[in-house]
Parts: sequence; structure tokens; C-alpha cells
Amino acid sequence: MPDLTSQKIPVTVLTGYLGAGKTTLLNRILSENHGKKYAVIVNEFGEIGIDNDLIIGADEEVFEMNNGCVCCTVRGDLVRILDGLMKRKGKFDAIIVETTGLADPAPVAQTFFVDEDVQKNARLDAVVTVADAKWLSDRLKDAPEAKNQIAFADVIVLNKTDLVSKAELAEVEARIRGINPYAKLHRTERCKVALSDVLERGAFDLDRILEIEPEFLEAGDDHDHHDHDHHRGHDGHDHAHSHGGLKHYHDEEMQSLSLRSDKPLDATKFMPWLQDLVASEGQKILRSKGILSFSDDDDRYVFQGVHMMLEGDHQRKWKDGEPRESRLVFIGRELPEQIIRDGFERCITT
Amino acid sequence: MSAFEPGGDQASIASVTDRVRPVAIGAPVTSVHFLGERAAFVGAEENVFLASSEGEILPVAVHSGGILCTVSDRARLVMGGDDGKLVALDTNGEVTLLATDPKRRWIDNVALHSDGAVAWSAGKTAFIRSGKGEEKSFDVPSTVGGLAFAPKGLRLAIAHYNGVTLWFPNMAANPEFLEWAGSHLAVTFSPDNKFLVTAMHEPALHGWRLADQRHMRMTGYPGRVRSMSWSAGGKALATSGAEAVIMWPFASKDGPMGKEPAMLAPLQARVAAVACHPKQDVLAAGYSDGTILMVRLTDGAEILVRRNGTAPVSGLAWNAKGTVLAFALEDGEAGLLDL
Repeated sequence: MPDLTSQKIPVTVLTGYLGAGKTTLLNRILSENHGKKYAVIVNEFGEIGIDNDLIIGADEEVFEMNNGCVCCTVRGDLVRILDGLMKRKGKFDAIIVETTGLADPAPVAQTFFVDEDVQKNARLDAVVTVADAKWLSDRLKDAPEAKNQIAFADVIVLNKTDLVSKAELAEVEARIRGINPYAKLHRTERCKVALSDVLERGAFDLDRILEIEPEFLEAGDDHDHHDHDHHRGHDGHDHAHSHGGLKHYHDEEMQSLSLRSDKPLDATKFMPWLQDLVASEGQKILRSKGILSFSDDDDRYVFQGVHMMLEGDHQRKWKDGEPRESRLVFIGRELPEQIIRDGFERCITT
Repeated sequence: MSAFEPGGDQASIASVTDRVRPVAIGAPVTSVHFLGERAAFVGAEENVFLASSEGEILPVAVHSGGILCTVSDRARLVMGGDDGKLVALDTNGEVTLLATDPKRRWIDNVALHSDGAVAWSAGKTAFIRSGKGEEKSFDVPSTVGGLAFAPKGLRLAIAHYNGVTLWFPNMAANPEFLEWAGSHLAVTFSPDNKFLVTAMHEPALHGWRLADQRHMRMTGYPGRVRSMSWSAGGKALATSGAEAVIMWPFASKDGPMGKEPAMLAPLQARVAAVACHPKQDVLAAGYSDGTILMVRLTDGAEILVRRNGTAPVSGLAWNAKGTVLAFALEDGEAGLLDL
């Protein structure tokens, strides 16, 4: 079988709340000397400082699929634009979709799950969220869109770090991690980030769902892991506690849930359970991912999902000596944790 | 399958593959039309390739980018591009710039009226220019998915999300709105002006009987319907999107309501393009594997025009008399068949 994924055009979704620095990042991507050509789908013309004949204005037109599923929404304008762009295949290497600051990334991602023509020609590479180090903590309290964008992200560019103190930076990172411990996080000033950190990530590539370990706060050059003195701002909705010097927040509304088992799963139980779970709780589940070991199956099985949409496949044989462990991750809003844990337990072979 | 193998009656299928004259385009082709007696192969970007009956190819530059939509009445070919331009090409190969979008938005859809009026859309706005050059525009609530002129009177169907707006540019009357949830793309009137059909974003057609706005749901396709063609006399609507040509009956006053469609020329590949013969009960069907068949509507008899094993068929067109069939594949392979 030829590797069709490699011929599909990668699409990076660039989100971020108003003023976080999306356009700065976009201009940086376009102006850097990378030898690549990008087609860019933007919502507001005129902000891009780079001459590029492949900048396309879009109206974020979200519509519900006629399948009775309320959260099965897609971006109709994106379907149309990608279709048109395919006529100019070969004129660009990748596509970047910039959403508005108030956009929910889900319909963009779902477009890649449900539209046959989109799927044939393009692949979702990653959702990159630009966050404002100074204001994100506030926005997480008052703007549900900002929280959605953090929860949905594969890559978070935490921008304007020069405008905050170390303590404030630690605070906002802890809040991000309380919602989404899995995204790659890059601290930047004026969105100065290596392009390889935001493009060609393969975050939606089933073959690359290898690591779903949480990305705990990595040590940056200027980051002090032993800074114990920055606990403040406890408010009624959060509780912070400390792990080896790092603050840990739990967001009451949006959280992640990870499950694991070193005993194999019963595929005849697991598959219906997962389908039912996303069908009934899919509105709450923003993202899901898993690497699974089934009984009587020598292949690793991988899946990922956005709300109610799932895709999965046998990935490869388990290697000799590799622990046959199943791991699942859900990121969502008010996840019914105990119901999910109990349901998962029942899929484990005894 | 590596070669065309119709199950069972393999020996009995007639083939005219040796009568096809290949046409060398050398660029991806997205649709095929006739301009007079010349076949016009529309490139994915920039050029239209006019092929004379002798097989000479004349490239004509029409756009400075991708060509997004095309329509032809055989006297002219009108195209919209991602350069924001609306361009017409006539039988002499002359290019006329009809309009330029001031914001350089993509021209997504075009339609032609028999009296010379032309309609196009950019974003949520549909434009019309009468044969006399008078221009009007109309905004619908969401991006225009398709345009079609009614066969009688000056009435434009504008497909968009959640339905179709019927606009009467020369009348003060309010536009009519035909509602149906979902995203409506291509739109077409039945030639007798009684029915309106849209191809939806989901794999289904939706139709309305215009007299009473009764709904017609036409579902069951495995893929989106991208090609529709009315049979000679408008008795049936041939459609792509399945592994057979799906023909919906429109001869009776109820149209396809409560009726099963005919399924012609089933293959193990999806129908990508259909074109009904202008005069006879025959259609040409092109498939996702490059196969092209001519099919008799009355009994489903098939004639093989082109074997499989290549890129999908992207366009099919008959000349006005129905004596020449032109076809193209997505990768630019093309040909002419004289009957």
C-alpha cells in the first residue's frame, strides 16, 4: 500500500483568544525563510503583512450535519475553500487555517473527520493555540472560548512571557496544565517559536499517537523548579497544590482523564462501550486518544476522536518486550469520571 | 480489478474503445464542455484547452489562478476563478472579462440563462447581469452553494445553508424561500420547470415540487453527488455518487416521490460524472477508476468507451447534435469519440 498520508496536504489550525498573537505567529510563519509556500485561510483580510496570493478570506460558517447529532458540526466554508484550493495543488506545501478569537476549534477538526473530499486531499496536522501569558488566566475564568481552545490544543504557544513575572508565568502554566496536560507548550515572546514546533506535528496522525504521556512542566532555561513562594490567587473555583515544587491546578469545569490497564481489553466489550460513551457524552468530550491492547490480538490498536467522531485502526504489532499496556486520554468539560472509569474497568479481561 | 470485467456477460459488451481519439492536454482538467463544434477542456487553473474536431489543441488563458466554476450553453463558456474574475470564452476563442470582484473574492458559482443573462456568486452575494447589461445583486444568509436559472422567466435559484432562495430580479415581489436543513450545493430546475433539485453536502439530493413546495428526499448515496444531468426531454435526472448511475424518474406529476430510482451500469467503482445525450435516451457515465460507459436508458445496455485503471473521470460532454462525446480525466488525459 502506498503511503497516502504523505501526499495529503497538511492543515494546521491556528486558534487563540482575541489579542493573543495569532496574526504575529502567522506573519512569522509566512516571513521566515523556509522555502515553503503556505495557503492561508484567514477571517480578516489586511492584517497579514506578507504578500501572498494564496491568502483566502473565509466566513466561519458552521453547520450541523443532517445526522441528528447536535455536536456534529462542520465548517462549510472550509469544505468549499479546500475544494477550490485543490485546483492549485502543487502551488503550496501546506495550509494554515486561522480561526477567529472566539471560535470553537471543534467544527474545524470535525470537518476533517466527516467530509470525504476533504479527507481525500488534506489531513489535519495539529491545533495550535496561541495564549496570552498576561491575560489567559483571566480569560479562562470569563471566556469559555479561551478554555475550549486550550483544551483542544496539540500545541500551545504561550506568548508575551516578557510581560509577566516568573510567578505569573508559573501560575498561567499551571492553569493550562490543569485543563490540558498533553499539549506541547512553548513559552515565547512575540511568538518567536521554531516553525518545526508548530508545523508538521502529525498530531492527528494515528501512527504518531505514540506518546500520550502528560507533558508536565518542563524546565525552561529561566524557569525555577524550586520556586515555592508563588502560591496565591486561590479562588473558589480552583484548588492548587504542589508537586515537587510545581503548582498544580484542577479546573472545575474542563479537565482531562487518563485511564490505563496492563491487562488486555476485550474488544467485543470495549468497542461498543467507547461508541456508546462518545454517543452519549460526546458533547462533553472534546478530544480522546488511546493506544489499546486487546486480548488475542498481537496488534496495537490506536484511536482518536473529536466529540462524537472516532477513528481508529490497527497500528502495528506489539514489539517483543514492549509492555502491552492500554492507555486512554479524554479531555472534556465536566467529564463523568466515575462512569467512564467504571465502564472502562468492565472492558478489562479478567 | 486490473481490467474492465463486467460480471457474467463479459463477452457480450460492445466496445468502442478503439474509436476514441486521444487528446493531449498535459494539465489537470476539471470539466468538459462544447463551444460550437470544439470541445473545451477546462484546466484546474489558468487555461481552457480548445480541441478542434481534427484534434488540434489551442490553449486559451482565461484566469490567473484556479478555475472554480464553469457553465456553458455551447455558444459561450463562462467561468469564475480564485482571481475574483468572471470570464467568458466564445466559439471563436475570444475571452471577455465580464466582472471583477472588487474585493477579489473567489467567484464560486456561475449560471447562464437562455436569454443571455449570467449569474454568479462570491460569498453570500449572488449577482445577475441581464442580456442588456443591467446588474443586480442579492444577499442570502450564508455562502451561496449553487446557482441555476429557471427554464422560464427570469428567476434565479440560489442554494445555501438550510434551503434555496428563489429570486426574481425583475420583480418587486419578495424572494421565495424553500427550506430544508443542511448545506445545499449544486441546484437544478427540471426542464419542465416543475421541480427543483439540490445536491447536498451530505450524500443526498433534496427536491421540491415548485407548485406546492412538497419535499422530495433522495437518499442512499454512499458519496456526495457532484454530477447531475437531465435526460433528453427531462424525464429523468441522472446522478453520480454511487457505484451505479442513479436515475430519478421525473416524468409524472409527482416526480420521484414514492418511487425507486433506476440503477444503471453498476461497476466496482463510483460514478464520478454523468452526461445525458442531448437527443436520445442514452447517457455517458464516467467512473472513479477511469472507466467510461455509454448506457441506453431504456434497457441499461452498455457500450465500453474507455477502460479502467487510471485517474477518475472529471468531465463528460456531448456536442449539440449528440455526434461527439468528449471526456477528460482528473490528471489531464482526454479524448473524443465520434458516433
